[in-house]
Amino acid sequence: MNKYPLWKYLIILAVVIPGFLYALPNLYGEDPALQISATRSAVIDASTEQQIKSALTDSGISFHGVEREESGIQLRFKNTDDQLKAKEVVENELGEKYTVALNLVPATPAWMDLFDARPMYLGLDLRGGVHFLMEVDIDGAISNTEKRLVSDLRSGMREKKIRYLSVTSSRDSGIQVVFPDQERLAQGLITVEDDFTSLSAKETERDGKPALILHLTEAAKREIKDTSVKQNMTALRNRINELGVAEPIVQQQGDNRIVVQLPGIQDTARAKEIIGRTATLEIMMVDEKNSGNIQAALEGRVPVGSRLYRDRRNAPILLKKGIIYSGNNIIDASAGIDSRNGSSVVHITLDARGASINQRITGDNIGNRMAVVYVEQKSSIKKDDQGNVVVDENGRPVKVKSRIEEVITAPVIRDQLGKRFQIEGLDSIKEARDLSLLLRAGALAAPIEIVEERTIGPSLGKENIRTGFLSVMYGLTAVLIFMLFYYRVFGIVADIALVLNLVLMVAVLSLFQATLTLPGVAGILLTVGMAVDANVLIFERIKEELRNGVTPQAAIHAGYDKALSTIVDANITTLIAAIVLFNFGTGPIKGFAITLSIGILTSMFTSIMVSRGIINLIYGGRQVKKLAI
Amino acid sequence: MATRNKFNIDFLSKRKLAMSFSLLLVVISLSSLAIRGLSFGIDFTGGTLVEVSYQETVAIEDVRGTLSAEGFTDAIVQYFGTAKEVMIRVPLEGEEMGAQVSEKIMLALHNEQDELVTDVNPVSKEQTCSINGQRQVCQVQMRRVEFVGPQVGDELANQGGLAMLYALFGILAYVAFRFEWRFAVGSVIALVHDVVITLGVFSVFQMEFTLTVLAALLAVIGYSLNDTIVVFDRIRENFRKLRKETPQAIMNRSINQTLPRTILTSLTTLLVLISLFFFGGDIIHNFSVALILGVVIGTYSSIFIASPSVLMLGISRENLLQVKQEGGEQKTTAP
Repeated sequence: MNKYPLWKYLIILAVVIPGFLYALPNLYGEDPALQISATRSAVIDASTEQQIKSALTDSGISFHGVEREESGIQLRFKNTDDQLKAKEVVENELGEKYTVALNLVPATPAWMDLFDARPMYLGLDLRGGVHFLMEVDIDGAISNTEKRLVSDLRSGMREKKIRYLSVTSSRDSGIQVVFPDQERLAQGLITVEDDFTSLSAKETERDGKPALILHLTEAAKREIKDTSVKQNMTALRNRINELGVAEPIVQQQGDNRIVVQLPGIQDTARAKEIIGRTATLEIMMVDEKNSGNIQAALEGRVPVGSRLYRDRRNAPILLKKGIIYSGNNIIDASAGIDSRNGSSVVHITLDARGASINQRITGDNIGNRMAVVYVEQKSSIKKDDQGNVVVDENGRPVKVKSRIEEVITAPVIRDQLGKRFQIEGLDSIKEARDLSLLLRAGALAAPIEIVEERTIGPSLGKENIRTGFLSVMYGLTAVLIFMLFYYRVFGIVADIALVLNLVLMVAVLSLFQATLTLPGVAGILLTVGMAVDANVLIFERIKEELRNGVTPQAAIHAGYDKALSTIVDANITTLIAAIVLFNFGTGPIKGFAITLSIGILTSMFTSIMVSRGIINLIYGGRQVKKLAI
Repeated sequence: MATRNKFNIDFLSKRKLAMSFSLLLVVISLSSLAIRGLSFGIDFTGGTLVEVSYQETVAIEDVRGTLSAEGFTDAIVQYFGTAKEVMIRVPLEGEEMGAQVSEKIMLALHNEQDELVTDVNPVSKEQTCSINGQRQVCQVQMRRVEFVGPQVGDELANQGGLAMLYALFGILAYVAFRFEWRFAVGSVIALVHDVVITLGVFSVFQMEFTLTVLAALLAVIGYSLNDTIVVFDRIRENFRKLRKETPQAIMNRSINQTLPRTILTSLTTLLVLISLFFFGGDIIHNFSVALILGVVIGTYSSIFIASPSVLMLGISRENLLQVKQEGGEQKTTAP
């Protein structure tokens, strides 16, 4: 009685041995490493690798474990001193086209890679870093598109020589085009139907003149929504690459939100600044005709077709409405120093469309000024005249979006420009670098706003690992000792099962690379406390049977047998709670649900099958007079 | 056949007393929830939270003064753990939005110390500052920043409430399927009892209710149910086995039979939770409090509330025998 067939032991071994194997990587520490990746216009090949290697050898920095990855190249170092020195060396050697990120990579031996055995993936609250949830302002994207369409409509009709009185757009009523007569309107309608398929037109009258009301079609709006989220994700990825963060995460969440996670980032303020900025450039022409009379504009008589802007020194400047081209047309930008006067400049390279516009406009306007306008979207809470917060019907503060527009520079066009040109008038090289970074990384297609942020400083992350580890160790030890004293031999068996359960949990977490968070550690600890439950149930049942006068062997058999359905019922209900938690929770909570669910499953295996296996080895198939329970 | 039990306590006859006691606690909890409400953390209200640590102890008034000077007059400043660690909370109604608020706070605190953050020491993970042109460890270290915008806060609150409901319904359905509807209702009464009283304690003592506390509450549901199911399982078994006894006697016997297990498991779980409470760090503090409360209340309710509720709903042997017949049929068709 109470003997397991060989195959059951084999099953146990088949689970336990890989369990140990996959849990093992967590015992090795981490190596400081550098991750070098190329930005858009550069590639990493064998020659780059050679270049890096020789630069480091020349500087006397030892390195090992050079690996070529999909996104670049990775080098390991003995200590962080070498790592930091190497960063400087590599950055100087490769220049701006590459980004160099500090990273910690698992120091697992190479043979473990064969089994794809890796340590657990730590969440941001354990390794430190930034988590952003950003919301894409779809309305903003739509109104941006409408604004661009207004400008396109004007030039489209001008090209076809269709005379119109005005083209205006407003948020509520769409785009309005007023024509002098019905005939022009008919021509205009044909143009809209042929060239502007994203608009649907309706004829109406405006102050006695025929007019067209144009709206974006539903399909066009949906398209804008999809592409603006996608484009923003690309832009965010590019910006993050520029920051040099190892293993960043950029994911869409829900309809119009984007999650950004930057593990282990050191300078959180800068990360926020670069990511959160919704800046772009707009190139416009200076209204030279009316610039002589800027005083009139300041008093409110702004000439039709122009707008009043301010430059960096807050001096007023009149610009002609209509964006010539924007940051979207910029494909490369780099900071530099002007060799003539030593001031900071940004070198710009335009795409084909931008280049052809640039060529045409600058060719026509030699001697005139072209303004580079810096545009940033900001949102703030609306207040009334008394300074009280304005709330909507749901009691939430009403937000207003404001546009910060600043003319960086307005140089005189001396020559026809083409694909490449430079922007002057920047205050410092740092500013030039930031601006070029933003331009290079691409403008955001739609305004974006941080709606949630969770930043864990590097020191707190380190401390969280320590406290998490400590609490698991102390909790585990307490339970192990308690079980040992209460159940003696059976207690040892339960303890083996418990430790094995912990090993298996770590193995499963490592294998699936599920994110381990601080609440996740709490989940591990909670399952340590609850995992013994199954063994307690079984052992109490065995004791009961013994009290009823059953023989030891029969008591073991009956104890395991009768407790089984109870254990399954109790665990399934806990699993229901854990699964609900997983589906509704975010970030850290999900981590808790994951470890709790894994713990429930592994503990059923260890406390039923493994503990039975050991008990059978000890007591099975022989005469037993008394059980040490 | 008679089973010899280690314990033989007549729990069920004390059900009126237990029920009155629980009812009192529930009433107190509900009134506190209605009057004082919960001290919701920024997860639900929205706002900004900044946790900083100082190299030396710092006076709360000084920090508050620095922040008021920057215009954060409604900032809540308190110690967090030790007198070197400070937690600052700013409600949503600022002119600026969250991302900027935390930056402004950090800038103000650094300025107060006349320091400029340069970088982070890769080994000690401490932020280094330049003070009078010298590189040294910053006086003020940023430890944690959380910002939750209004739209997210509302969503999290809604999701949390929904999660609670879904968990309860899922459990109700499972228990009804495995046992009988009276058991399902009994277990849900016990769970609601546990959740309400735990929330009540958080409300009475105005402990901060965050997203992690909510997670703890859901884990409490799972745990408390675990306890209840073990008792129910035994009740079902005994109903089938002991045909001559009254439902009350059977329930009493079942509770007594499972009592050692109930106490032992609660004990081991409490052991680990106490370890979490003392060693798990400040962030996890309220989380472990919620779990400890939940485990204690859950253990009590699985003995004194769940089974008496089932009894009061009028359970009889016939209700369970039907289930048994179905089970029997299944067994014969199985290979």
